[in-house]
Amino acid sequence: MTKLADITHKIRSKNAGPFWITIDIFCADEAQFKRALIAADSERVAHALGISVSDLKRYDLPDVHVVKFSFPRPIVQGTRYDRDMHGASFANLIAELDVTP
Amino acid sequence: MNKTVTTKILIPSGALGLGYDRDALMRGIELNPDLIAIDGGSTDSGPHYLGTGTSKYSRSSIKSEWRELMQARAIANVPLVIGTAGTCGADDAVDWLLDITREIATETDQNVTVAILKSGQPVDRVINALDQGRIKPLEPVIDIDHSVLQSCTNIVALAGAEQIQAALNTGADIVIAGRATDTATIAALPLARGCHTGGAWHGAKIGECGALATTNPSSGTIMITFDAHGFTVEPMGQTARATPYTVSAHMLYENSNPLQLYEPGGYLDVTGAIYTALDDRRVRVTGSTWVPSDTYTVKLEGARCGGYQCVSLALIREARYVQNIDTWTAAVEENCRQKAQERIEGDFTLELRIIGLNATLGAQDLNAQIGSEVGVLGIVTAPSEMVAKEVAKMLNPYLLHLPLTEDEEMPTFAFPFSPNEMNRGEIYEFCLNHVMELGDPMQAFSLTVEQVRT
Repeated sequence: MTKLADITHKIRSKNAGPFWITIDIFCADEAQFKRALIAADSERVAHALGISVSDLKRYDLPDVHVVKFSFPRPIVQGTRYDRDMHGASFANLIAELDVTP
Repeated sequence: MNKTVTTKILIPSGALGLGYDRDALMRGIELNPDLIAIDGGSTDSGPHYLGTGTSKYSRSSIKSEWRELMQARAIANVPLVIGTAGTCGADDAVDWLLDITREIATETDQNVTVAILKSGQPVDRVINALDQGRIKPLEPVIDIDHSVLQSCTNIVALAGAEQIQAALNTGADIVIAGRATDTATIAALPLARGCHTGGAWHGAKIGECGALATTNPSSGTIMITFDAHGFTVEPMGQTARATPYTVSAHMLYENSNPLQLYEPGGYLDVTGAIYTALDDRRVRVTGSTWVPSDTYTVKLEGARCGGYQCVSLALIREARYVQNIDTWTAAVEENCRQKAQERIEGDFTLELRIIGLNATLGAQDLNAQIGSEVGVLGIVTAPSEMVAKEVAKMLNPYLLHLPLTEDEEMPTFAFPFSPNEMNRGEIYEFCLNHVMELGDPMQAFSLTVEQVRT
Protein backbone atom coordinates (compact mmCIF):
# COMPACT_ATOMS: atom_id res chain seq x y z
CA MET A 1 0.00 0.00 0.00
CA THR A 2 1.25 3.49 -0.83
CA LYS A 3 0.21 6.26 1.53
CA LEU A 4 0.08 9.95 0.63
CA ALA A 5 2.91 10.49 3.14
CA ASP A 6 5.10 8.11 1.07
CA ILE A 7 4.92 10.27 -2.05
CA THR A 8 5.19 13.72 -0.42
CA HIS A 9 7.76 15.51 1.74
CA LYS A 10 5.75 16.50 4.82
CA ILE A 11 2.11 16.86 5.84
CA ARG A 12 1.09 19.06 8.76
CA SER A 13 -2.11 20.46 10.21
CA LYS A 14 -2.82 23.32 12.59
CA ASN A 15 -5.57 25.59 13.81
CA ALA A 16 -6.18 28.69 11.75
CA GLY A 17 -8.05 30.43 14.56
CA PRO A 18 -10.57 28.64 16.81
CA PHE A 19 -12.97 27.79 13.98
CA TRP A 20 -10.72 26.52 11.17
CA ILE A 21 -8.17 23.79 10.54
CA THR A 22 -5.61 24.04 7.77
CA ILE A 23 -3.59 21.16 6.31
CA ASP A 24 -0.42 21.74 4.27
CA ILE A 25 0.92 19.01 2.00
CA PHE A 26 4.54 19.87 1.15
CA CYS A 27 6.10 18.25 -1.89
CA ALA A 28 9.83 18.01 -2.47
CA ASP A 29 9.75 18.91 -6.15
CA GLU A 30 7.62 19.48 -9.22
CA ALA A 31 7.22 15.75 -9.90
CA GLN A 32 5.92 15.06 -6.37
CA PHE A 33 3.64 18.11 -6.60
CA LYS A 34 2.09 16.91 -9.88
CA ARG A 35 1.48 13.51 -8.35
CA ALA A 36 0.02 15.00 -5.16
CA LEU A 37 -2.36 17.21 -7.15
CA ILE A 38 -4.09 14.06 -8.37
CA ALA A 39 -3.55 11.83 -5.33
CA ALA A 40 -4.96 14.41 -2.89
CA ASP A 41 -8.37 14.27 -4.53
CA SER A 42 -10.73 16.73 -2.81
CA GLU A 43 -13.61 14.23 -2.51
CA ARG A 44 -11.36 11.66 -0.86
CA VAL A 45 -9.74 14.22 1.43
CA ALA A 46 -13.17 15.45 2.56
CA HIS A 47 -14.28 11.87 3.16
CA ALA A 48 -11.19 11.09 5.26
CA LEU A 49 -11.82 14.21 7.34
CA GLY A 50 -15.50 13.40 7.76
CA ILE A 51 -16.67 16.66 6.22
CA SER A 52 -18.61 17.71 3.15
CA VAL A 53 -16.48 18.55 0.11
CA SER A 54 -18.37 21.86 -0.14
CA ASP A 55 -16.78 22.85 3.21
CA LEU A 56 -13.27 22.14 1.93
CA LYS A 57 -11.24 25.04 0.53
CA ARG A 58 -8.38 23.94 -1.68
CA TYR A 59 -5.27 25.88 -2.75
CA ASP A 60 -2.85 24.39 -5.27
CA LEU A 61 0.37 26.39 -4.91
CA PRO A 62 2.87 25.49 -7.65
CA ASP A 63 5.48 28.06 -6.56
CA VAL A 64 6.06 26.29 -3.24
CA HIS A 65 4.91 22.81 -4.36
CA VAL A 66 2.17 22.76 -1.75
CA VAL A 67 -1.41 21.55 -1.78
CA LYS A 68 -3.31 23.25 1.04
CA PHE A 69 -6.74 22.42 2.44
CA SER A 70 -8.72 24.51 4.93
CA PHE A 71 -12.07 23.64 6.49
CA PRO A 72 -14.26 24.71 9.40
CA ARG A 73 -13.46 22.63 12.47
CA PRO A 74 -16.03 19.81 12.82
CA ILE A 75 -15.83 20.55 16.57
CA VAL A 76 -14.90 24.06 17.68
CA GLN A 77 -11.54 24.33 19.45
CA GLY A 78 -11.72 23.71 23.18
CA THR A 79 -15.39 22.75 23.40
CA ARG A 80 -16.17 19.63 25.41
CA TYR A 81 -15.93 17.15 22.53
CA ASP A 82 -12.74 18.60 21.03
CA ARG A 83 -9.91 16.04 21.11
CA ASP A 84 -7.10 18.10 19.67
CA MET A 85 -6.66 21.67 20.95
CA HIS A 86 -4.15 22.69 18.28
CA GLY A 87 -5.58 20.68 15.39
CA ALA A 88 -2.25 18.92 14.95
CA SER A 89 -3.54 15.38 14.33
CA PHE A 90 -5.83 15.96 11.36
CA ALA A 91 -2.71 15.71 9.19
CA ASN A 92 -2.48 11.98 10.00
CA LEU A 93 -5.82 11.26 8.36
CA ILE A 94 -4.47 12.74 5.13
CA ALA A 95 -0.93 11.31 5.45
CA GLU A 96 -2.43 7.81 5.70
CA LEU A 97 -4.68 8.11 2.64
CA ASP A 98 -4.20 5.04 0.45
CA VAL A 99 -2.93 6.37 -2.88
CA THR A 100 -1.75 3.04 -4.33
CA PRO A 101 -1.84 3.53 -8.11
CA MET B 1 2.29 61.37 1.67
CA ASN B 2 5.09 61.09 4.18
CA LYS B 3 8.62 60.80 2.93
CA THR B 4 9.49 57.12 3.27
CA VAL B 5 12.00 56.25 5.96
CA THR B 6 13.55 52.78 5.83
CA THR B 7 12.43 51.06 9.02
CA LYS B 8 14.03 48.11 10.79
CA ILE B 9 11.87 46.04 13.11
CA LEU B 10 13.57 43.50 15.36
CA ILE B 11 11.44 40.52 16.41
CA PRO B 12 13.11 38.56 19.26
CA SER B 13 10.89 35.45 18.91
CA GLY B 14 7.47 34.18 17.91
CA ALA B 15 6.05 34.85 21.36
CA LEU B 16 7.19 36.10 24.73
CA GLY B 17 7.76 33.01 26.88
CA LEU B 18 8.95 30.77 24.02
CA GLY B 19 12.63 31.62 24.44
CA TYR B 20 15.20 32.80 21.89
CA ASP B 21 18.90 32.77 21.16
CA ARG B 22 20.44 35.59 23.26
CA ASP B 23 23.35 36.08 20.85
CA ALA B 24 20.89 36.48 17.97
CA LEU B 25 19.00 39.13 19.95
CA MET B 26 22.19 41.06 20.73
CA ARG B 27 23.26 40.85 17.08
CA GLY B 28 19.94 42.44 16.21
CA ILE B 29 20.43 45.21 18.78
CA GLU B 30 23.87 46.01 17.28
CA LEU B 31 22.19 46.60 13.91
CA ASN B 32 20.26 49.57 15.37
CA PRO B 33 16.62 48.59 14.94
CA ASP B 34 13.94 51.29 14.97
CA LEU B 35 11.61 49.21 17.12
CA ILE B 36 11.49 45.86 18.93
CA ALA B 37 8.18 44.02 18.52
CA ILE B 38 7.03 40.78 20.10
CA ASP B 39 3.80 38.87 20.21
CA GLY B 40 2.34 37.94 23.58
CA GLY B 41 -0.25 35.36 22.62
CA SER B 42 -2.99 34.00 20.41
CA THR B 43 -6.10 31.84 20.61
CA ASP B 44 -4.08 28.77 19.71
CA SER B 45 -3.93 27.26 23.18
CA GLY B 46 -7.68 27.34 23.58
CA PRO B 47 -10.48 29.33 25.20
CA HIS B 48 -9.38 28.95 28.84
CA TYR B 49 -7.02 31.93 28.68
CA LEU B 50 -9.50 34.42 27.25
CA GLY B 51 -12.24 32.96 29.43
CA THR B 52 -10.21 33.61 32.57
CA GLY B 53 -8.09 36.56 31.39
CA THR B 54 -4.88 34.73 32.29
CA SER B 55 -1.53 33.83 30.73
CA LYS B 56 -0.51 30.42 29.40
CA TYR B 57 3.16 30.89 30.25
CA SER B 58 4.56 30.94 33.75
CA ARG B 59 5.02 34.34 35.37
CA SER B 60 8.69 33.49 36.00
CA SER B 61 9.34 32.78 32.32
CA ILE B 62 7.56 35.91 31.20
CA LYS B 63 9.38 38.03 33.77
CA SER B 64 12.77 36.58 32.84
CA GLU B 65 12.34 37.19 29.10
CA TRP B 66 10.59 40.54 29.50
CA ARG B 67 13.45 41.71 31.73
CA GLU B 68 15.97 40.86 28.99
CA LEU B 69 13.88 42.61 26.36
CA MET B 70 13.52 45.71 28.57
CA GLN B 71 17.30 45.76 29.00
CA ALA B 72 17.84 45.29 25.25
CA ARG B 73 15.40 48.15 24.66
CA ALA B 74 17.33 50.40 27.00
CA ILE B 75 20.52 49.70 25.05
CA ALA B 76 18.89 50.28 21.66
CA ASN B 77 16.90 53.25 23.01
CA VAL B 78 13.91 52.47 20.78
CA PRO B 79 10.33 51.50 21.58
CA LEU B 80 9.55 47.96 22.74
CA VAL B 81 6.05 46.84 21.74
CA ILE B 82 4.15 43.76 22.84
CA GLY B 83 0.76 42.80 21.37
CA THR B 84 -1.77 40.39 22.88
CA ALA B 85 -0.10 40.63 26.28
CA GLY B 86 -0.61 37.70 28.63
CA THR B 87 -1.68 35.13 25.97
CA CYS B 88 -5.24 36.38 25.53
CA GLY B 89 -4.86 40.18 25.55
CA ALA B 90 -7.78 40.70 27.95
CA ASP B 91 -7.55 43.74 30.23
CA ASP B 92 -6.57 41.62 33.25
CA ALA B 93 -3.72 40.07 31.27
CA VAL B 94 -2.48 43.54 30.26
CA ASP B 95 -2.54 44.62 33.91
CA TRP B 96 -0.62 41.44 34.81
CA LEU B 97 2.20 42.29 32.40
CA LEU B 98 2.15 45.93 33.51
CA ASP B 99 2.65 44.77 37.08
CA ILE B 100 5.62 42.62 35.98
CA THR B 101 6.99 45.64 34.09
CA ARG B 102 6.84 47.79 37.24
CA GLU B 103 8.70 45.13 39.23
CA ILE B 104 11.43 44.84 36.60
CA ALA B 105 11.80 48.62 36.34
CA THR B 106 12.39 48.79 40.09
CA GLU B 107 14.75 45.84 40.15
CA THR B 108 16.83 47.05 37.19
CA ASP B 109 16.72 50.74 38.08
CA GLN B 110 14.96 51.88 34.89
CA ASN B 111 12.69 54.89 34.43
CA VAL B 112 10.39 54.14 31.54
CA THR B 113 7.22 55.53 30.02
CA VAL B 114 4.68 52.82 29.32
CA ALA B 115 1.70 53.20 26.99
CA ILE B 116 -1.11 50.80 27.84
CA LEU B 117 -3.53 49.93 25.05
CA LYS B 118 -6.55 47.95 26.18
CA SER B 119 -8.74 45.89 23.86
CA GLY B 120 -11.37 44.64 26.32
CA GLN B 121 -14.96 45.31 25.29
CA PRO B 122 -17.70 46.13 27.76
CA VAL B 123 -20.70 43.91 26.93
CA ASP B 124 -22.97 46.96 26.50
CA ARG B 125 -20.75 48.37 23.76
CA VAL B 126 -20.95 45.13 21.76
CA ILE B 127 -24.70 44.81 22.38
CA ASN B 128 -25.21 48.35 21.07
CA ALA B 129 -23.11 47.58 18.02
CA LEU B 130 -25.16 44.41 17.43
CA ASP B 131 -28.42 46.37 17.69
CA GLN B 132 -27.05 48.99 15.27
CA GLY B 133 -26.12 46.32 12.72
CA ARG B 134 -22.39 46.97 13.16
CA ILE B 135 -21.52 43.35 14.01
CA LYS B 136 -21.03 41.09 11.01
CA PRO B 137 -20.45 37.32 11.11
CA LEU B 138 -17.41 35.65 9.59
CA GLU B 139 -17.38 32.12 8.19
CA PRO B 140 -18.32 29.69 9.68
CA VAL B 141 -21.33 31.68 10.90
CA ILE B 142 -22.11 31.43 14.61
CA ASP B 143 -25.42 32.84 15.77
CA ILE B 144 -25.24 35.37 18.57
CA ASP B 145 -27.75 37.43 20.51
CA HIS B 146 -27.79 39.54 23.67
CA SER B 147 -27.70 36.52 25.94
CA VAL B 148 -24.63 35.04 24.23
CA LEU B 149 -22.81 38.37 24.61
CA GLN B 150 -23.92 38.72 28.24
CA SER B 151 -22.60 35.23 29.02
CA CYS B 152 -19.05 36.09 27.89
CA THR B 153 -16.51 36.46 30.68
CA ASN B 154 -14.24 38.41 28.31
CA ILE B 155 -14.73 40.00 24.91
CA VAL B 156 -11.75 41.55 23.14
CA ALA B 157 -11.35 43.37 19.84
CA LEU B 158 -8.19 42.86 17.80
CA ALA B 159 -6.28 46.12 17.47
CA GLY B 160 -4.70 46.91 14.13
CA ALA B 161 -1.90 49.22 13.05
CA GLU B 162 -3.90 52.41 13.80
CA GLN B 163 -4.25 51.68 17.52
CA ILE B 164 -0.59 50.65 17.86
CA GLN B 165 0.40 53.86 16.06
CA ALA B 166 -1.66 55.88 18.54
CA ALA B 167 0.23 54.17 21.36
CA LEU B 168 3.60 54.86 19.69
CA ASN B 169 2.62 58.50 19.14
CA THR B 170 2.58 59.01 22.91
CA GLY B 171 6.36 58.70 22.71
CA ALA B 172 6.35 55.78 25.13
CA ASP B 173 9.41 53.60 25.65
CA ILE B 174 7.25 50.51 26.04
CA VAL B 175 3.84 49.72 24.58
CA ILE B 176 1.84 47.00 26.31
CA ALA B 177 -1.09 46.21 24.07
CA GLY B 178 -4.03 43.95 24.72
CA ARG B 179 -5.41 41.76 21.96
CA ALA B 180 -4.00 42.86 18.61
CA THR B 181 -3.51 41.13 15.27
CA ASP B 182 -0.21 39.24 15.11
CA THR B 183 1.03 41.66 12.46
CA ALA B 184 -0.11 45.02 13.87
CA THR B 185 2.79 45.60 16.26
CA ILE B 186 5.29 45.04 13.43
CA ALA B 187 3.44 46.87 10.63
CA ALA B 188 2.47 49.98 12.62
CA LEU B 189 5.76 51.92 12.43
CA PRO B 190 6.65 51.12 8.79
CA LEU B 191 3.13 52.18 7.79
CA ALA B 192 3.39 55.42 9.80
CA ARG B 193 6.68 56.17 8.08
CA GLY B 194 5.22 55.72 4.61
CA CYS B 195 6.79 52.37 3.73
CA HIS B 196 5.07 50.26 1.07
CA THR B 197 1.66 49.31 2.48
CA GLY B 198 1.44 45.79 1.05
CA GLY B 199 5.09 45.24 1.99
CA ALA B 200 4.49 46.45 5.56
CA TRP B 201 1.69 43.93 6.18
CA HIS B 202 3.37 41.12 4.31
CA GLY B 203 6.71 41.65 6.08
CA ALA B 204 4.86 41.76 9.39
CA LYS B 205 3.20 38.41 8.66
CA ILE B 206 6.56 36.89 7.74
CA GLY B 207 8.15 38.23 10.93
CA GLU B 208 5.37 37.59 13.42
CA CYS B 209 6.58 34.08 14.31
CA GLY B 210 10.20 35.20 14.65
CA ALA B 211 12.63 32.84 12.93
CA LEU B 212 9.90 30.36 11.97
CA ALA B 213 10.24 31.70 8.41
CA THR B 214 13.92 30.61 8.34
CA THR B 215 15.88 27.35 8.28
CA ASN B 216 16.43 27.52 12.07
CA PRO B 217 13.16 28.37 13.84
CA SER B 218 14.55 27.94 17.38
CA SER B 219 17.05 30.79 16.90
CA GLY B 220 14.03 33.05 17.38
CA THR B 221 15.26 36.46 16.36
CA ILE B 222 14.66 38.01 12.95
CA MET B 223 15.02 41.50 11.46
CA ILE B 224 12.58 42.82 8.86
CA THR B 225 13.67 45.96 7.03
CA PHE B 226 10.85 47.89 5.36
CA ASP B 227 11.17 50.51 2.62
CA ALA B 228 9.23 52.24 -0.18
CA HIS B 229 9.04 49.16 -2.39
CA GLY B 230 8.92 46.11 -0.14
CA PHE B 231 10.87 44.45 2.64
CA THR B 232 13.96 42.37 3.40
CA VAL B 233 14.09 39.40 5.77
CA GLU B 234 17.30 38.76 7.69
CA PRO B 235 17.59 36.12 10.43
CA MET B 236 19.81 37.08 13.39
CA GLY B 237 20.77 33.52 14.36
CA GLN B 238 24.31 32.60 13.34
CA THR B 239 23.29 29.56 11.31
CA ALA B 240 19.74 30.58 10.38
CA ARG B 241 19.04 31.30 6.73
CA ALA B 242 16.03 32.87 5.05
CA THR B 243 15.40 31.54 1.55
CA PRO B 244 12.66 32.43 -0.96
CA TYR B 245 11.12 29.07 -0.04
CA THR B 246 11.17 29.49 3.77
CA VAL B 247 9.77 33.02 3.45
CA SER B 248 7.02 32.35 0.91
CA ALA B 249 5.98 29.09 2.61
CA HIS B 250 5.42 30.98 5.87
CA MET B 251 2.21 32.46 4.43
CA LEU B 252 0.74 28.96 4.81
CA TYR B 253 1.25 28.88 8.56
CA GLU B 254 -1.93 29.08 10.65
CA ASN B 255 -3.63 30.82 7.71
CA SER B 256 -6.75 29.31 6.20
CA ASN B 257 -6.07 31.36 3.04
CA PRO B 258 -2.37 31.50 2.05
CA LEU B 259 -2.82 34.38 -0.39
CA GLN B 260 -4.94 36.87 1.55
CA LEU B 261 -4.77 38.10 5.11
CA TYR B 262 -7.57 40.22 6.57
CA GLU B 263 -6.62 43.06 8.89
CA PRO B 264 -8.54 46.03 10.29
CA GLY B 265 -9.18 48.34 7.34
CA GLY B 266 -8.48 45.96 4.47
CA TYR B 267 -6.61 42.90 3.37
CA LEU B 268 -3.17 41.89 2.20
CA ASP B 269 -2.90 40.05 -1.12
CA VAL B 270 0.39 38.26 -1.83
CA THR B 271 -0.64 36.71 -5.14
CA GLY B 272 1.83 38.90 -7.03
CA ALA B 273 4.67 38.78 -4.48
CA ILE B 274 8.18 38.18 -5.78
CA TYR B 275 10.74 36.55 -3.47
CA THR B 276 14.39 37.11 -4.36
CA ALA B 277 17.46 35.75 -2.57
CA LEU B 278 19.88 38.64 -1.87
CA ASP B 279 22.48 36.11 -0.73
CA ASP B 280 22.29 32.73 1.01
CA ARG B 281 20.61 34.13 4.15
CA ARG B 282 18.56 37.23 3.21
CA VAL B 283 15.41 37.50 1.09
CA ARG B 284 13.90 40.54 -0.60
CA VAL B 285 10.14 40.67 -1.18
CA THR B 286 8.22 43.03 -3.45
CA GLY B 287 4.88 42.99 -5.26
CA SER B 288 2.50 42.37 -2.35
CA THR B 289 -0.59 44.57 -2.38
CA TRP B 290 -2.93 46.06 0.21
CA VAL B 291 -6.61 46.33 -0.64
CA PRO B 292 -8.40 48.86 1.60
CA SER B 293 -11.97 48.13 2.66
CA ASP B 294 -14.92 50.56 2.61
CA THR B 295 -15.57 50.18 6.32
CA TYR B 296 -13.13 49.89 9.21
CA THR B 297 -13.74 46.67 11.12
CA VAL B 298 -12.03 44.92 14.01
CA LYS B 299 -12.37 41.22 14.74
CA LEU B 300 -13.98 40.21 18.02
CA GLU B 301 -13.15 37.27 20.24
CA GLY B 302 -15.27 36.19 23.16
CA ALA B 303 -15.22 33.29 25.58
CA ARG B 304 -17.85 32.04 27.98
CA CYS B 305 -18.27 29.18 30.42
CA GLY B 306 -19.02 25.88 28.70
CA GLY B 307 -19.78 23.95 31.88
CA TYR B 308 -17.71 22.27 34.57
CA GLN B 309 -15.58 19.26 33.96
CA CYS B 310 -14.27 16.35 36.02
CA VAL B 311 -12.06 13.67 34.44
CA SER B 312 -10.83 10.21 35.40
CA LEU B 313 -8.17 7.91 33.99
CA ALA B 314 -7.94 4.11 34.26
CA LEU B 315 -5.08 2.03 32.85
CA ILE B 316 -5.88 -1.40 31.45
CA ARG B 317 -3.08 -3.94 30.95
CA GLU B 318 -4.91 -7.28 31.13
CA ALA B 319 -4.83 -8.74 27.61
CA ARG B 320 -8.42 -9.96 27.44
CA TYR B 321 -9.74 -6.56 28.50
CA VAL B 322 -7.42 -4.76 26.11
CA GLN B 323 -8.63 -6.97 23.26
CA ASN B 324 -12.27 -6.26 24.17
CA ILE B 325 -11.81 -2.64 25.16
CA ASP B 326 -14.63 -1.28 22.97
CA THR B 327 -17.16 -3.62 24.57
CA TRP B 328 -15.87 -2.98 28.08
CA THR B 329 -15.80 0.82 27.65
CA ALA B 330 -19.33 0.85 26.25
CA ALA B 331 -20.51 -1.18 29.28
CA VAL B 332 -18.78 1.19 31.73
CA GLU B 333 -20.37 4.17 30.03
CA GLU B 334 -23.84 2.63 29.91
CA ASN B 335 -23.77 1.49 33.55
CA CYS B 336 -22.56 4.83 34.81
CA ARG B 337 -24.98 6.85 32.72
CA GLN B 338 -27.94 4.78 33.89
CA LYS B 339 -27.05 5.05 37.56
CA ALA B 340 -26.33 8.78 37.31
CA GLN B 341 -29.66 9.42 35.62
CA GLU B 342 -31.42 7.51 38.43
CA ARG B 343 -29.62 9.20 41.28
CA ILE B 344 -28.64 12.71 40.20
CA GLU B 345 -30.79 15.67 39.25
CA GLY B 346 -29.31 17.69 36.42
CA ASP B 347 -27.87 17.36 32.93
CA PHE B 348 -24.45 16.01 32.19
CA THR B 349 -22.47 14.49 29.35
CA LEU B 350 -20.23 11.47 29.84
CA GLU B 351 -17.60 10.49 27.29
CA LEU B 352 -14.96 7.75 27.46
CA ARG B 353 -11.94 8.00 25.17
CA ILE B 354 -9.68 5.00 24.62
CA ILE B 355 -6.08 6.19 24.78
CA GLY B 356 -3.93 3.81 22.78
CA LEU B 357 -6.69 3.14 20.27
CA ASN B 358 -8.34 6.25 18.83
CA ALA B 359 -8.47 8.97 21.51
CA THR B 360 -6.87 11.47 19.11
CA LEU B 361 -9.15 11.15 16.10
CA GLY B 362 -12.16 9.18 17.33
CA ALA B 363 -14.31 7.24 14.88
CA GLN B 364 -12.66 9.08 11.98
CA ASP B 365 -9.48 7.04 12.56
CA LEU B 366 -9.74 4.07 10.21
CA ASN B 367 -6.18 2.86 10.87
CA ALA B 368 -6.42 2.59 14.67
CA GLN B 369 -4.48 -0.31 16.20
CA ILE B 370 -4.33 -1.50 19.77
CA GLY B 371 -1.16 -2.23 21.78
CA SER B 372 -0.44 -4.06 25.03
CA GLU B 373 -2.23 -1.51 27.22
CA VAL B 374 -4.80 1.25 26.94
CA GLY B 375 -5.87 4.19 29.03
CA VAL B 376 -9.55 4.96 29.40
CA LEU B 377 -10.16 8.64 29.93
CA GLY B 378 -13.56 9.46 31.38
CA ILE B 379 -14.79 13.00 30.82
CA VAL B 380 -17.84 14.33 32.63
CA THR B 381 -19.18 17.79 31.79
CA ALA B 382 -22.14 19.37 33.54
CA PRO B 383 -23.66 22.81 34.16
CA SER B 384 -22.46 22.71 37.78
CA GLU B 385 -19.26 21.59 39.43
CA MET B 386 -21.23 19.56 41.95
CA VAL B 387 -22.99 17.46 39.28
CA ALA B 388 -19.76 16.95 37.29
CA LYS B 389 -18.01 15.64 40.42
CA GLU B 390 -20.94 13.44 41.46
CA VAL B 391 -21.09 11.71 38.09
CA ALA B 392 -17.29 11.28 38.01
CA LYS B 393 -17.45 9.64 41.45
CA MET B 394 -20.11 7.25 40.16
CA LEU B 395 -17.83 6.40 37.25
CA ASN B 396 -15.03 5.43 39.63
CA PRO B 397 -16.19 1.92 40.70
CA TYR B 398 -17.02 0.93 37.13
CA LEU B 399 -13.62 2.01 35.82
CA LEU B 400 -11.97 0.13 38.67
CA HIS B 401 -13.93 -3.13 38.79
CA LEU B 402 -16.46 -3.74 36.01
CA PRO B 403 -16.14 -7.34 34.76
CA LEU B 404 -16.41 -8.05 31.05
CA THR B 405 -18.99 -10.79 31.66
CA GLU B 406 -21.19 -11.64 34.64
CA ASP B 407 -19.55 -15.01 35.23
CA GLU B 408 -16.07 -14.00 36.16
CA GLU B 409 -14.08 -12.78 39.09
CA MET B 410 -14.18 -9.06 39.77
CA PRO B 411 -11.18 -7.44 38.04
CA THR B 412 -9.22 -4.45 39.31
CA PHE B 413 -7.46 -1.97 37.04
CA ALA B 414 -4.70 0.54 37.61
CA PHE B 415 -5.65 4.00 38.86
CA PRO B 416 -2.72 6.42 38.78
CA PHE B 417 -4.15 8.77 41.44
CA SER B 418 -6.17 9.07 44.60
CA PRO B 419 -8.69 10.52 44.32
CA ASN B 420 -8.92 9.32 40.75
CA GLU B 421 -11.25 12.17 39.82
CA MET B 422 -9.49 15.28 38.60
CA ASN B 423 -11.63 18.37 38.85
CA ARG B 424 -10.95 20.64 35.88
CA GLY B 425 -13.30 23.36 37.10
CA GLU B 426 -14.93 25.67 34.58
CA ILE B 427 -14.28 25.02 30.94
CA TYR B 428 -14.71 27.79 28.38
CA GLU B 429 -15.74 28.06 24.77
CA PHE B 430 -15.11 30.62 22.05
CA CYS B 431 -18.46 32.04 21.06
CA LEU B 432 -17.72 34.94 18.68
CA ASN B 433 -16.51 34.78 15.11
CA HIS B 434 -17.45 38.29 14.09
CA VAL B 435 -16.16 41.71 13.14
CA MET B 436 -17.34 45.03 14.56
CA GLU B 437 -17.52 48.16 12.41
CA LEU B 438 -15.98 51.28 13.94
CA GLY B 439 -16.33 54.92 12.88
CA ASP B 440 -12.97 55.70 14.47
CA PRO B 441 -10.28 53.05 15.11
CA MET B 442 -9.82 54.24 18.73
CA GLN B 443 -13.55 54.03 19.45
CA ALA B 444 -13.28 50.54 20.96
CA PHE B 445 -9.84 50.85 22.59
CA SER B 446 -8.45 52.72 25.56
CA LEU B 447 -5.00 54.26 25.74
CA THR B 448 -3.25 55.46 28.90
CA VAL B 449 0.33 56.39 29.69
CA GLU B 450 2.15 55.62 32.91
CA GLN B 451 5.56 56.77 34.09
CA VAL B 452 7.19 53.76 35.71
CA ARG B 453 9.92 54.92 38.08
CA THR B 454 12.33 53.06 40.25
